[in-house]
Formats: sequence, C-alpha cells, structure tokens
Amino acid sequence: MTSMPKSRSAGSPTVPEGWEAVMGFEIHVQLSTETKMFCSCPVSFGDQPNTNVCPLCLGYPGTLPAVNERVLEYATKIALALNCEIAPYTIFHRKNYFYPDLPKGYQISQHDLPLGMGGHLDVELEDGTVHRVGITRVHMEDDAAKLVHAGGVEGRIAGADYSMVDFNRSGTPLVEIVSEPDIFAPEQARAFLTQLRNLLEQLDVSDLNMEEGSLRCDANVSMHRPGTPFGIRTELKNMNSFRFLQRGLEAEIQRQADVLERGEEVVQETVHFDPSSGKVSVLRSKGEAHDYRYFPDPDLVPIQLDVAYVEKVRAALPELPAARKERYMRDFGLPAYDAGVLSANRWLALYFERVAGLVEDAKLSANWVMGDFSGYLNAAGLEVEDASIGPETLAELLQLLKEGTLSSKMAKDVFVLMVETGESAKTIVAERGMGQISDTATLEAMVAELVAAHPGPAEEFRQGREKVLGFFVGKIMKETKGQANPQLLNDLLRKALQP
Amino acid sequence: MHRQLSADISWSRVLDRGPALDVYHLTAHECRRLLTEGEASSEELTRLFLNRIAGADRQVQAFLHVAEEEALAQARVADAKSPEERRPWEGVPIALKDALCTKGMETTCGSRILKGYIPPYDGTVVRLLRDAGLVILGKLNMDEFAMGSSTENSAYQVTRNPWDLDRVPGGSSGGSAAAVAAAETPWSLGSDTGGSIRQPASLCGVVGMKPTYGAVSRWGLIAYASSLDQIGPLARTVQDAAALLSLIAVRDPLDQTSLGLPRPLRVPGIVQEGVSADALAGQERSASAVPTPAPDDPLSLKGIRFGYIKEYLGDICEPGVQRAFANNLETIESLGGTCVEVSLPSVKQAVAAYCIIAQAECSANLARFDGVRYGYRATDAADLLEMYTRTRGEGFGAEVKRRIVIGTYVLSSGHYDTHYTQAQRMRTVIIRDFQQAFSGVDLLMSPTSPTVAFRLGERMADPLAMYLSDLCTSPVNLAGLPGLSMPGGFADGLPVGLQIIGPHFSEQLMLDAAYAVEQALNVSVRPAPVAGGAVDGAAAADAEVTP
Repeated sequence: MTSMPKSRSAGSPTVPEGWEAVMGFEIHVQLSTETKMFCSCPVSFGDQPNTNVCPLCLGYPGTLPAVNERVLEYATKIALALNCEIAPYTIFHRKNYFYPDLPKGYQISQHDLPLGMGGHLDVELEDGTVHRVGITRVHMEDDAAKLVHAGGVEGRIAGADYSMVDFNRSGTPLVEIVSEPDIFAPEQARAFLTQLRNLLEQLDVSDLNMEEGSLRCDANVSMHRPGTPFGIRTELKNMNSFRFLQRGLEAEIQRQADVLERGEEVVQETVHFDPSSGKVSVLRSKGEAHDYRYFPDPDLVPIQLDVAYVEKVRAALPELPAARKERYMRDFGLPAYDAGVLSANRWLALYFERVAGLVEDAKLSANWVMGDFSGYLNAAGLEVEDASIGPETLAELLQLLKEGTLSSKMAKDVFVLMVETGESAKTIVAERGMGQISDTATLEAMVAELVAAHPGPAEEFRQGREKVLGFFVGKIMKETKGQANPQLLNDLLRKALQP
Repeated sequence: MHRQLSADISWSRVLDRGPALDVYHLTAHECRRLLTEGEASSEELTRLFLNRIAGADRQVQAFLHVAEEEALAQARVADAKSPEERRPWEGVPIALKDALCTKGMETTCGSRILKGYIPPYDGTVVRLLRDAGLVILGKLNMDEFAMGSSTENSAYQVTRNPWDLDRVPGGSSGGSAAAVAAAETPWSLGSDTGGSIRQPASLCGVVGMKPTYGAVSRWGLIAYASSLDQIGPLARTVQDAAALLSLIAVRDPLDQTSLGLPRPLRVPGIVQEGVSADALAGQERSASAVPTPAPDDPLSLKGIRFGYIKEYLGDICEPGVQRAFANNLETIESLGGTCVEVSLPSVKQAVAAYCIIAQAECSANLARFDGVRYGYRATDAADLLEMYTRTRGEGFGAEVKRRIVIGTYVLSSGHYDTHYTQAQRMRTVIIRDFQQAFSGVDLLMSPTSPTVAFRLGERMADPLAMYLSDLCTSPVNLAGLPGLSMPGGFADGLPVGLQIIGPHFSEQLMLDAAYAVEQALNVSVRPAPVAGGAVDGAAAADAEVTP
C-alpha cells in the first residue's frame, strides 16, 4: 500500500485536510503612462465620462493603432523585474468578441508571442521560507471602456434599467501577468500578491489601486487529492482588496471541497465573492466556451527588441525589494526581519533611508520607522507618502533621543504630541520644558550637594552597598521632576561617591 | 450596340461660357494649366464638373454624395489667392471613394449600416488633398465595404459603365473609375484590396494604380482587409495618376504600416517640372531625397526588361483581352523594351489565399459596426444579443455577411491552421515567386482583368465567378507590390486594361514605362462615349489597331 503524497497545501489552516488547493493568477496592471496605448488621449481616472476620447479609442471607422513606446518600456520593466525572458520578436494579436465596452469588437492583445515568458517571483512566506512562483507570461493589451449600470442595485448589471459606456478607460494600456499554478494556500496567495505589488510599486509604472481598478486580480482555483491530476477550476473575479481576495479564496476552497466531498463535480465557471455575506456565488457559466479567434493584428508591425534596448531598460530598473533587503543587512547591519519589512514598500524604504541618513543610526531609525511611525500610519489609515510627520521631522526627534535630551520614554510621548499638534520635536520639548538635564555641570553641583548632605548613605555605598545608589538617584529625580539624564546621573553619582 | 448616354447631355451645352475650353480632354494637368494661366477660375472649373455630374451622373450613378456647397466654397478660397500664394494643385477638383473618411461629409462605405454617418475627422489622404488645396466634389459609389468587383454590392445604387450603361464599371472602386471615365471629375481616389482600383480602371478605360503596400497612409480608410488595402489614384492619364500619387504617398505616424515613397515621384514626360514643389507638397523630406533621373527619352523603353506572366496567358482570358495584350507586347517591343515569358506558378492558388486572408481580416475589421456608437442600430431589440444580430443582420448586405461568416469560420479554432495558417504560407510562397521573377525582369505584365466589363447582374448569382475577376490582381496585393492598370486597347468596343507590376517601391519606373506605352498606344485620352456623346465604335475600332 502506497502512502498518499503530502499535500502542498498542508499546514494551511484554510485548506481542508486531505486536499490540495491549486491557485494561479491573472493580474492586470493598468500602466500610468501619460497617454493611452494607441492614441494620444490622456490616461486619467475619475474625469467626467467620455471626455478623454478620440475617434481611435471610440473605435471609429478608419482609425489605426500606433503603439505608445512608453507602454513597451513599462511592460519590459515589469517583465524584467519578474525575471522573464524578453522575446526578441513580439507581435500583437486581435482577440475577437462583442461587448458594448469593446469599441473595436476586438481587443488588441498578445497571444503566442508575448513580450515576456518564463519568469518567477520569490515570495517570502510568514515562516521565513521562500516560495518560488513561476510567471508564465507578461504581455501588453488595451483596456476596454467602463460600463456604468443605472437603475439597479449598487451599479450591478443584474436588475439595471440601462447601461452607459464611459470610454475614458478605453485604450488604456494594460500589462497582464499570468502566474503558474504554483500557489497552494490562500495565505500564500496573499503573500504572493502583496510582494508582487511591492515589486511593481518600485517600478513606478502603475498606480496599483485596486479600488480604482488599476490593479485587478483574477484567481483560478481548483482542488484535488494530492498526487492526482488537477481538478476543474473556477475563476474568482475582480476582488478589490487582497484581504477580500484571500477571504474569497478561502470561501471558494471550502465550497469546492464541500462539492467534491459530496461526490459532485465542480463546474467550470466564474464565481463572485460577497465580502458582506462571506459567500461565493456563480457569476456566469463558462459553459459556452469563448472562441476568441486570435490572429495577428495586421495594423501593427512586429516589435523587435534588440539586446541593447533590453539592457538599457534593465540598467534603468530601480533597486528591487530583494536587492534592497540585502543592502540593508549588509550596509546597515539590520536584522533580516527589519531589512525585509523596510525594503518591501518603496515609500517606506525611501522614508527609512532618509531618516537613517540624517540620524546616522540605522538600527534606531529602523526601530522607530517600523515601530511608532508605522503604528501611527496604521492607526490613522495613512500611506507613508501621506504622513504628516516627514522623515526630517522624525529625524529631529531621534536626534534629541540620540543626544540624550530625551529618554526613550519621553521621545515616545513627544512623538504622540507631534502627531497631535503638528509641532516639531524641538518646539514641543522647549515649550513644555521636557528636555532631559544632560548638562554635566548642573548635575555635578546637585550631586555634590546631595552627597554632602547625606554622609551616612554615602559611607554605606562605599562599604559596598550598591542599592544605596537608588536612594541618591531617587532624590535627584524627584528634584528634577524626572528630567535628569539617567545614564549621566549614574556616572556622576558613582564618581562623587568614590572613596 | 451599346446603350449610351442620351446625346442632350453634351459637354458644350453645360459649358455656357467662353473661351471654348476643350473640356473633352480636360485632365487634371490641363485644369491646373488653365488655373495657372488664368484662363479659368477654380469656381468655373468646379461648376463645370458639378454641371457635368448633374447631367451625366443621372445615368452613370457614380456619385453617392455631391458636395456642391463645400466644393464651391473651397474653389472660392483658391480663387481668392494670388497666383504666387496658390499651391500647385490648388483649385483643381477631385472626387473620393466613399471608403475615405471626410470630416463633416457623409461617409457610408457603400453600406446601409453607415447611412448618415458623418466622420469627425479627415483621413490622412483627405487632409493631404485639402492641404494641397484640391476641391472635393463628393463621394463615389463602391461595393459595400469594398467587397465586390462590380459595384453592384452598393447598398445605394448601381453604377453603370460609361462605355456601356448595361455593363458594370468593375469594383469595388467602380464609382471612382466611372466618374473619371465619364469626365465627371478629372481624377479620383480609390482603394485596392485585391484589384479594386485596377479592375474598375481596366473596365472603364482609365489609369489606376495600387501603390506598394505602405506607400500611402491608410488612416481614415475604412478597412476591408488591413494587410492588403491601399489607397491609390484613378485618372485619365499616367501623368495625372503620377501627380496624384505624389500628393498622397507620405509617411504617416498615424499608420504604423506606412512608409511613404523612398524618393519623391517625378511626373513622367514633364521635363521642366523635375522635382517640382508639387511633388513634395505637404511632405517633409530630407535635402538628400532626390527623385530618380528622368529617362533620356521618356517615349523609349530601351533597356527595360518586361516579363509577361505565363499563368495568365491563353484561355484564362477572353480572346479580345488576349489580342489586346498581345498588341501591347508588340508596342513595348517597338519602343525598345524586351519581353520575356515568366512563370509564377503560385498565382493559381492566390485567389484562394486572398479570399481567406481578406475575409479573416474583414471579420474583425467589421466587428466595430455594432450599433452601439454610430451608424445604424436596430430599434426595439429585447436584449443586447438581439440588438447586435438585428443591427448587423439589417445593416449589412448579403456579400458582406457572406465574407464575415467565412472570415469568422477560417479563424475559428479547428479551422485556423487548415485555412488561415495555410493561406499565410501560400502568401509567403507568392512573395517568393514574385521576388524570383524580379531577379530576371524589371517589370511584370498581364491583362488586368480576364474579361472586359460584364453585364449588370451577370455575376451576382455566382460569387465564385465574381471572385475570379481579381484573378490577375489579387496576387499583387498579397505580395504588397505596386500594380498599375492602364488602357491597353479595346475589345468589342470596350476597354481592356494592361496591368504593370513592379518590385516594391518601383512606382517611378512603372509610371515612366506606363507613360511611354500610353503615348505610343494613344488610347488613354479617349474618354468614354458618355463624355462627348460622339464616340462610337469607330474610335474604339481605331484603338484596336493602334500599332
């Protein structure tokens, strides 16, 4: 009797025991180029409907696409950052289907000769292990227009009275990233997507805003017994946050497991996750499989990227999270955990580096950026780049801490006040008399007076009763309202009490 | 024997003012000379052609839309300028195939689905013509979406061949050819996907040229088959065709497949003009770009090697066409050219490959006509699918639907490899065959059409017979080569076209050669009978025996 192979989902709290869940992703990244993919209309979100349009992106007769070179550059960046091979010869295909949001009746996409193939992303999981996710392909395509459904519930198509088309989005450049089915748990999926987004963020090629649709993730999910072929997959569409996506995957995995446990079959279909009910429902059946009739777009000439171009783009790539983490460990001597947290987010990394440069103490800066500063961001629901406490402001506080003007405890209090009042650390310390007494002469005089006034305890200390030191510290602290620099006070007392 | 235009529409009657212009022969170059020399104003010329249209087009039916007001306004703009200010072709009238988008002017592409459609922009060639100051008389009839070889597939009207009103003008640029042949315009633009300029030029006895793929921008040409479509000129003389081509052959960033011509075109037979500014109008060229030098003797073909395509000899063409072609070969040899037989075995499969590729592309190109944004939309549809199917079902004609269905089929999974991929392979073979042929000769020749103009309705019931009208022309599109059709003589009183095919971007050599042949044959300037009411079997018979 052979034992069943171990499930690659084993260890995941959300994949039922005895099953292996397999997930692959199709991620659409809307590029933040100034103009659309094939015309010179601006790429912009939230403008009045149908204002950023021209005959081309409205699909008027006689118009012809001309590739925006910036799209090619951004897509090449993404493909390179995901360790893809860049095709030396790549072409656009037409993907044919009818829908009111598709003005040409076909999407200009890539088919069998995509820009990038065979890449990967190394994903660091919570337990510190690295899980490699294959990247099947990276290709370019143009976005459809946006349908606005009116008269129904929550803008959904079901029950709507009529629909309107906003062509502002039509022709916006997209890069589609397709992963291998290398993900076996919802937690892995979230880690993959988070780290993929962090990577893309460094490239500065997209707003990556899931709610505005500039980052869209579709997941393919299937379940099977370990060691058996993959099951029939469903597609979980268009989640507007990674958290919901993870919850959606959990719900879908549970649903499929229930179906399979009952001995029934999973139907290949698109499912929708409702975060309020926590349930998945069928959106549309893929029963009538689409035949997109892909064929090479005769309006566009093949793109031949020479080595020099690819190397130029590669050389211009910013430092990516993995390399940055290495550098933080090497140059700043940060522990792996700190280096990992700080390097993951582009803005956080920039913030940290600025603070560390000003304070000249990487570990102290790291502790504060990851600690109080991040805590404040989370509590206020802010992104790094929106923080009212800039890196210079935080550095000023840390400088006071480093010089000894403030104790750690006091610095934390000052930070809270900085957030509340918007004042600088120096102003707060000055206005509230919060500075530590770190002036040697002042403390020396106080210490001398105190020791002279208490010859008995002084003698006890000299006899070796260390504890008596606390008596003197307490007296001075009481006198200075706790503002004496503890380290300095300690040193001065020991000196004064010496035999 | 032919039913001709009634005699009361005579040229002299519409021209009610002196000096007595010899409008019978009024070419674009002659229009230009009259304007330059102050013998006529643009408004006078424009009115003259508008009057001609008003008279002759009642029977020819070449125009879908006559832009009288706009044309006269444009003419007055030209007339208001001093001779120094005026650009070389400013004020000369022209008419356009209705596949070309004209801002503010209805553009239907011969289809009901675009009835009333007013484009919001000018196609690149239209802009170039407007920039050059040409006066646009109106839009010309065509087979719906350029699908057809007789112009009978127009959703609007049947255009007649001015040489015999019971016959077709050819297609799909039938309106463009008939209007020129009937002297309703000195010249026109058409588009050619498998022969749509050359075949009607042949059937109507005018000059028509499909340039090298990429020579002319397709921006603003309503697409039939994107990898085959090219815009080109139709005119009564080779000189006019050359001048018009030089106006529109410009590289255009809006069309990624456009390249322009490597060198400015020189109008053959006009020594003085050389690299005249008009050849460069609206074009940006580097200082080093000079046209090829004119031949020492523009009437000689000495040193030029012509290959006649073996596969198009014999019974493939009607006897009259064969005789005219043989006569053309003799003329070429008499001018000093050498003629040799060349075999292009793959052209036999070309029509099949052409049909598959063109129809595959059109199935996608015509998907945008969905009733959502412009053009015809079926009303009272219960749902989206019904709106689509009824809009397209009611908006498209039978031939268009046939081609969309075939194109959809050949791109479908399971049929793609056996049809589309095979056709593309065939296309590569055809390209190679032509390359091979051009290693031995400078230019290739064949009859343009296997037959003279056929009778109205004759091929409508038989799509395959209609497709064979493109037998000699469609391989040229598949290979992206330039092809020209010029009047080569007559058979039974009807024009026969001579096709000249050249290597990529050999337009200059082709036009030079065509000019020499034209001068020797002396048939181009004979307008269709409709033009004077005076032409007759005699003139045609003369032409047939031209040495």
